Amino acid sequence: MEGPDANQGAGSTGDGADAPDRTVALRDGDAALLERLLSGEHRALARVITRIEEREPGYRGLVSALYDHTGGADVIGVTGAPGAGKSTLVDKLAAAYRDRGDTVGVVAVDPSSPYSGGAVLGDRIRMASNVGDMDVFFRSMSARGQLGGLSMATADAVKALDAFGKDVVVIETVGAGQNEVDVVRTADTVAVLVQPGSGDDVQTLKAGILEIGDVFVVNKADVDGAERALAELEEMVHRREGSTATPGADAGHHGPPGPGVPDAEGSAGADSPEATVDREDAEASGWTPEVLGTVAETGEGVEELIAAFDAHAAHLRESGELTRTRRRRYAEEIRTLVRADVGALATEAIERRGGIEALADHVRRKEADPYGVAAGIVDPIAACLEDRDDPADGWPGKPNEPGDDST
Amino acid sequence: MSVEGRERTVRCLVAKVGLDGHDRGAHVIARAFRDAGFEVVYSGLHRAPEEIVQAAVQEDVDVLGISILSGAHNTLVPKVIDGLEEYGAFEDTLVLVGGIVPEDDVAELKDLGVAEVFGPGTPMAETIEFVRNNVPDRE
Repeated sequence: MEGPDANQGAGSTGDGADAPDRTVALRDGDAALLERLLSGEHRALARVITRIEEREPGYRGLVSALYDHTGGADVIGVTGAPGAGKSTLVDKLAAAYRDRGDTVGVVAVDPSSPYSGGAVLGDRIRMASNVGDMDVFFRSMSARGQLGGLSMATADAVKALDAFGKDVVVIETVGAGQNEVDVVRTADTVAVLVQPGSGDDVQTLKAGILEIGDVFVVNKADVDGAERALAELEEMVHRREGSTATPGADAGHHGPPGPGVPDAEGSAGADSPEATVDREDAEASGWTPEVLGTVAETGEGVEELIAAFDAHAAHLRESGELTRTRRRRYAEEIRTLVRADVGALATEAIERRGGIEALADHVRRKEADPYGVAAGIVDPIAACLEDRDDPADGWPGKPNEPGDDST
Repeated sequence: MSVEGRERTVRCLVAKVGLDGHDRGAHVIARAFRDAGFEVVYSGLHRAPEEIVQAAVQEDVDVLGISILSGAHNTLVPKVIDGLEEYGAFEDTLVLVGGIVPEDDVAELKDLGVAEVFGPGTPMAETIEFVRNNVPDRE
């Protein structure tokens, strides 16, 4: 419908072949939009987030320009199983932050239909406590097949809210898969919500979410089974703290390792590099996750929850952990961007060779093998790197030559 | 129109405004929009006009579908439109009304800037087609 001009180079033959517009120069129109955002215009903020979400041409320039104005907001992630009460709790949190004079941004991420690409975003229904209060900026995002990952789009939207001047930004997402886990990991402080009643909830936490929680919340704490859920979480948190090795790999097994057993050290080799980093972080941070109960419906426990968030934020600053967290996050962002862009270059190269299906047919007819085909595509890229890549070039502050993407 | 190239995803707010609690129609239209590949933000029941405005502005929707079955459209819709104008969001938002609206009022609503009014029994495909053909262009 718009912007076909952005597709220079790549034939838009489905298959994700649309080339990313890597320009980081700020376009004229966007400079005006940015001005309006910085001057506090809600519509401009909304529009910037749309451009980020759509990955519209020129959005990178916009996000780059936002960076200068970020850093003021506390970013809090809230995750948990569907029905745990995330939206209701976020609503009450926003109201409580407003009561003490903070402005609030919320990014609520919902899954989209893999079939139609459409989505019904229902988190807004629960935002009843902040009616007509424009200082709570609530934005729903669907988990579309984002180029460079959903977590990247979310993180960029958070930057827009941060630059706008929000004191607190809350990211809300279902704690379902790796995508969602990556999303909340872009926050400084992560709250994991559990609802009592089904012990299974606490069980499922072991699958990767336990490690990311800074605060664990048993919501609906007035319901039967809440005490037990709280106790189980307490136990789990302390076990996580107590075991110096592989919380991720080990948490799947029940009970503490028997005395004399060399404490799961043997499984450390199976860890991915990221998991190792996580563990080192957890050890270095010296933060024991808090466990508390809330009743989001009535707002009970929300004050205490905010106090826990504040305590964690203060801990991050005082321990120097914030530096580590941010470094890790930026590293992840750079990695994601580079992977996506290099991947797109490769996709272009594939298109120039007649498309992936034609290449696959060569293999099917035994005229080639996948390794050979891949080498044929990647070798020229590698050769370019050897020829052209100068680490002193394009860094820092000179990310790419404007000439590459003439606009 | 399939999802290819750089075509923008259509974002819609389906809003129930005022006191009537009949949200069956809103639910049906929300699902139909979703199945058509739109992103739909659903407001929930009993929203005040300013809530609808807040949601439409913040969510940066292309389409605002207001469902009213209470007959209060003549008081509620103008408030929503005024609010959109206040935030500079009226011009690039396609405003639709669904519900039971007498013939005379339809003309009045259209004068205010409502793009179309869909009465009971409107085929879903017709509404979706209308949205596709009339989504405001940006930039």
